[in-house]
Amino acid sequence: MNATTESAVIQSALNQAAAHHLSNAHLDALEEETIFILREVAASFERPALLFSGGKDSLVMLKCAEKAFGIGRIPYPLLMIDTGHNFPEVTAFRDQRAAELQAKLIVRSVEDSMARGTVRLSRPDEPRNAHQSVTLLEAIEEFRFDALMGGARRDEEKARAKERIFSHRDSFGQWQPKAQRPELWTLFNTRLAPGEHFRVFPISNWTELDVWQYIEREQIALPSLYYSHPRQVVERNGLLMPVTDLTPPRADETVQTLPVRFRTLGDVTCTCPVASEAGTAADIIVETLSANVSERGATRMDDQTSEASMEKRKKEGYF
Amino acid sequence: MSDVLELNRPVSSSAVTASQAPDTGTALRFITCGSVDDGKSTLIGRLLVDSRAVLQDHLAGVTKQTHDGDQVDLARLTDGLAAEREQGITIDVAWRYFSTEARKFIIGDAPGHEQYTRNMVTAASQADAAVVLVDATKLPWAREGGPAQDSDALLPQTRRHSLLAHLLRVPSIVFAVNKLDALPDAAGAFARISAALTRFTQEAGIQAVATVPMSALKGWNVVGPRADEPGWAGYQGPALLELLETLPVTGEAQASLAFPVQWVETPQSGDSDTARGRRVLWGRVAAGELTAGSQVQVLPSGQRAVVAEVINHVRQPGAVLAGHSAGLKLDRELDISRGDWVIAAPAPVADDSFDEPTPSYAVTRELQAVVAWLDDDALTPGRVYWALHGHRWIKARVKRVVHQLNINTLAREESHDLPANAIGRVELTLQDGIPAVPYAESRHLGALILVDSATNRTAAAVLVA
Repeated sequence: MNATTESAVIQSALNQAAAHHLSNAHLDALEEETIFILREVAASFERPALLFSGGKDSLVMLKCAEKAFGIGRIPYPLLMIDTGHNFPEVTAFRDQRAAELQAKLIVRSVEDSMARGTVRLSRPDEPRNAHQSVTLLEAIEEFRFDALMGGARRDEEKARAKERIFSHRDSFGQWQPKAQRPELWTLFNTRLAPGEHFRVFPISNWTELDVWQYIEREQIALPSLYYSHPRQVVERNGLLMPVTDLTPPRADETVQTLPVRFRTLGDVTCTCPVASEAGTAADIIVETLSANVSERGATRMDDQTSEASMEKRKKEGYF
Repeated sequence: MSDVLELNRPVSSSAVTASQAPDTGTALRFITCGSVDDGKSTLIGRLLVDSRAVLQDHLAGVTKQTHDGDQVDLARLTDGLAAEREQGITIDVAWRYFSTEARKFIIGDAPGHEQYTRNMVTAASQADAAVVLVDATKLPWAREGGPAQDSDALLPQTRRHSLLAHLLRVPSIVFAVNKLDALPDAAGAFARISAALTRFTQEAGIQAVATVPMSALKGWNVVGPRADEPGWAGYQGPALLELLETLPVTGEAQASLAFPVQWVETPQSGDSDTARGRRVLWGRVAAGELTAGSQVQVLPSGQRAVVAEVINHVRQPGAVLAGHSAGLKLDRELDISRGDWVIAAPAPVADDSFDEPTPSYAVTRELQAVVAWLDDDALTPGRVYWALHGHRWIKARVKRVVHQLNINTLAREESHDLPANAIGRVELTLQDGIPAVPYAESRHLGALILVDSATNRTAAAVLVA
């Protein structure tokens, strides 16, 4: 995302942007698949919910849900697992979008789990992403959800690349990667035993680039943090850390103000922006085409602990 | 030739000519298959790296520093599970994305181990093309220059995977003969292996698009030809990726309408779409075109109606073609639910017409089918399983196993049951009638899955014969 873009890559980007019909046919096919899955969930399950964080992937999923069902008709509630470490813009955006769609929004927070004693932090400022699993499983139990849709994509991470679209979870909410159900044609085996549920990924086959091209094509509004804005940051472990109340600079670090944008939005304590001047979806498409670091590699502190960290967390019930 | 394979006749010639410009606007979904250690993950890693689809942080994660400099372990790019990295094998399908200037690609990296055949079948059921890898170094006769007597000269997994891809009607099958860089006489070995593949495919009725010699490790004939030696291994054709850029994507061009009812939207008060209590039936058009005014029949009940209105994703009226989702309203209120099919009503035959009537889908409770058995628990004749056809769940009893296919000899062998990863022909009795047609005619109406009623595990892929 830095200025180290190679001219060959840029040329290829421009060629691809020129062949717009190509991306449109591809986006139509992705949208078609997503709508098919969203309807399949509505028809197959008794108590499904759609995870909605206010981030770009869930906004794309919600756009497809709006097309599949229409405003005021989305037949499942939106569920947000709140870490308490959100960017306020994103929370406001989430509430506004849910109201526009006349959708029911359920918020369950990690802080409530901490008050109940089901989540214990090892230190007060630790990232709470991993603890979302506990709160999520508690919400599943509370509402007896049998299917939870999420905006995860297979291109994000290599354990994700292995997961089915309809991914079975046992009664502990665990993923069993070695015992996944074969997914044949579009005949989805949605049969469940009591206490089990499904995680469903309607935008599995979308890439980061597809998401941005769809956002541009459909003119989907996003929280402003996705676009370039000046922000106080420090450099840490090769990433830019935003300076916030939760993430103060260390004594030896220099605070600088840079034009940045977020490629992904999550827990404030582990989500990093990238240096960028891109102010529109079209700018971001060109940047994405020439990016040489993955979305998670550029932005997530919590994925870098080990090669299997995502898989491990998924087995424990993480999305 | 076995009739197990006969039912699955080729759709049409898969060879692509310049006059048949393929639709490259949509992504090509292809799978790689072959035996363990044939280099599937390495090939995918090579495609991803050479097409610049791998980003620096991912590449850094699979790079080892050695005395000779940095070495990239391409297989680790796709082996995303800890158990896979521990054992150095691929267990489950990884879906990967990359694009060239010509088109976008979705790759299913299917496992080679026989134990995970079910995952290969999973990947094949959704694929437009299959790349079957053949490891030249695993065939001693090719390495030693000896004669190949018959197609037994190939590894069982090569045969199994080609047959499965063929059985599932993957439209294009490409053989990639890998690791030829490790042999002293690459051209000689390639010629022998090509001949063995030709004998095998003819015997099995498989139509392959091409056979490409390559080295995934060195990158020869993967994205482009070997730079320092054009015509390497005696091959002048396109490299694998160049070939994949031209292959057609799957399409079902059937004239007669078939629309599975996926979801029924019930009316809401004060709602214009569902005014007068008219329900909207949503689904994806499996075949033909859905238009207002057409006469239809609802299966399995056989009730007739006229399509009053068709709406698309943005709830605008219009006609909707096969492959796309739509909502429809009928001109009268019928008892229709998820799992029913709306099909074109059979045309009335005039007395003076010698034309054949429009073929209708016969509703049947008795099926002959080829099954790929995927569960660890063997198929048990007499047992009742759950079956899913379109959007309908019904009970299905396996009456008997007609025969099991011997993957190596293609012979039909007598068998009482079917163990995991076996392919065979069975007779099924269904609890209710369904409008099934042979899989060779329709991927939508001709496919079912069986689910174990005790464990809920997906037990079999069923292809109606």
